[in-house]
Amino acid sequence: MNIINIEHIAKIYQVGSEEVHALRDVSLKIDKNEYVAIMGPSGSGKSTLMNMLGCLDTPTKGIYDFKGNNVSQMNDNELAAIRNKEIGFVFQTFNLLARSNALHNVELPLIYAGVSSSERKERARLALEQVGLSDRIHHKPNELSGGQRQRVSIARALVTKPSIILADEPTGNLDTKTGEDIMALFNDIYELGNTIILVTHEEYIAEHAARIIRLRDGLIEKDEMVTKRYVPKKNGASKV
Amino acid sequence: MKKFLIEFPEILFIALRAMRANKLRSVLTTLGIIIGIVAVTTMSTAIVGLREAFISSISSFGSDVLYVDKFPWFAMGNWNQYRNRKDITFEQYEKLRSILKNYEAMAPSKSTFGAGVKRKDKSVQATLVFGTTEDYQKTGNVNPAEGRFLNDLDVKSGRRVCIVGKDIVDELFPRENPLNQYIKINNVPMQVIGVLEKQGSGMMGAFSLDGQVIMPLKTFETVISNRHQRLRIDIKIGDVSKLADAKEEIISAMRVIRKVPLNKPDDFAINQQEALKDMYDKTIGIVALAGIVITALSLFVGAIGIMNIMFVSVTERTREIGIRKAIGAKTWSILFQFLTEAAILCIMGGIIGLIISFPLSLVINQFLPTAMPLDIVFISLLISALVGVISGFLPAWKASKLNPVDSLRYE
Repeated sequence: MNIINIEHIAKIYQVGSEEVHALRDVSLKIDKNEYVAIMGPSGSGKSTLMNMLGCLDTPTKGIYDFKGNNVSQMNDNELAAIRNKEIGFVFQTFNLLARSNALHNVELPLIYAGVSSSERKERARLALEQVGLSDRIHHKPNELSGGQRQRVSIARALVTKPSIILADEPTGNLDTKTGEDIMALFNDIYELGNTIILVTHEEYIAEHAARIIRLRDGLIEKDEMVTKRYVPKKNGASKV
Repeated sequence: MKKFLIEFPEILFIALRAMRANKLRSVLTTLGIIIGIVAVTTMSTAIVGLREAFISSISSFGSDVLYVDKFPWFAMGNWNQYRNRKDITFEQYEKLRSILKNYEAMAPSKSTFGAGVKRKDKSVQATLVFGTTEDYQKTGNVNPAEGRFLNDLDVKSGRRVCIVGKDIVDELFPRENPLNQYIKINNVPMQVIGVLEKQGSGMMGAFSLDGQVIMPLKTFETVISNRHQRLRIDIKIGDVSKLADAKEEIISAMRVIRKVPLNKPDDFAINQQEALKDMYDKTIGIVALAGIVITALSLFVGAIGIMNIMFVSVTERTREIGIRKAIGAKTWSILFQFLTEAAILCIMGGIIGLIISFPLSLVINQFLPTAMPLDIVFISLLISALVGVISGFLPAWKASKLNPVDSLRYE
């Protein structure tokens, strides 16, 4: 079953008197339990496509169908509800609330989903355990290493059991070793049956995925399955 | 609704944490509201007190009593037109008494401000001196706490007796029973037959009813002043609803008694307590309103401070707003979050303001018979919450409308 079905979407920004075509004509389908990498140089429309897929923005033209819902026609609050329920975000800069501890950061999407306090805490604790951080739940982001912060944000993405996990350069702010650990964690999550969309410009990161979509100038240049997918070794840090 | 209840603790928590994170800023911002609330509550306490004082000082004028006088109490326009009026005389009073039917009590009275009262080596200044009849007990609503009021015999024979206010007793008879003792008024010995019950401070010492002296009319005319002192007729109707009819009746009776030609206006006036209140509200009321408006301006300045700081807060937390929106916060969550923050700032300001203005109201109470009214407490808390919501609305609206894509990128 397709989770995402995009048909001929375009995104045009008005910059002064000029029209900027960030996306010209993009169509793609993403199935359940796919591991897709979206690649492209800067200016290729990669970020715009990611915002679109993450329901953070709506296309100017075309249809975006998310599990049978026409996202292209939704208003801000409906988009927020979709993001909350169906999409788990992992950002390059982690985007954790600096003044909240790990547990509260992971709880946050559940608060907006209207889950009761006790259930929230239980589920957040479980998600943090999944990413190997059960001993750090009361630490604030500035008391955690970069890798640990990214694990908190992965736990936050997982806690609502979303349909897709959308990771935007998740290793961009990490050293190679830590980045590798995070990619191993994503692999574990993928193998559990989750759908992952990974946005990156690093070839070796993209090779962790099973399918690579290459963008150039607002169009899909190539959409291919990876023949020799790189599967990282389990490093024992995660308990997925 | 259920979602709201689940989110609300989070919203409250965020607001309190944001305030804790910027303590000095929160305190300074709140200070504007504190000053505003102190100003408004203190001002309104004083205004309520002033009115209370006025009402209590005119309480000797009964609300169901009409006062027939040569002059209206509040003469608008040319005073000269009243000056040539003939005085109301005792004979006119007697005629009116015989004509009028529907009244409870009628007393002629003469009065003067101030008279020296002495006893042995002690002396005191009486605030008001009345010469009247036994009916004055009803028209003036005066009750002796000790002794008795004037009686028919005192009045008819012009006996040298008097009823005095509590202040005079306290001054002249510190540790003695004043009843049947003699005091000297304008150096004429008079016997004290009654002491009035304490009235309370009234507005100003000069008109305090506790400093009054009441004596028979004839006595007043010999002891205090000459026969030409103008006479007033106090008529207690006994029923406020019949006041208007009674007034008409009195006017026509007085016109007949004073032989006013049909084509001429009345050459006397019917006064009543209501007119005093109206007059007060017209003059002091406007001043009071201006006072409230001016002090409310300080609250307005405080509100601008809140609005300003909320805009800063929204800008500072753009990224946080972006994160919250990305993971599913709806527009109203963000709106409510910032409204709550502004409202809490203001309500805290309101509470602190009340804590400060309460002792101030006790100070005011030393001069005016008032305490901080409870409704002012509630109203000012309500106002401060409202100020918070109103001044927080624009910043909160701005926050709630932020685009998650842009705000996530905000540095």
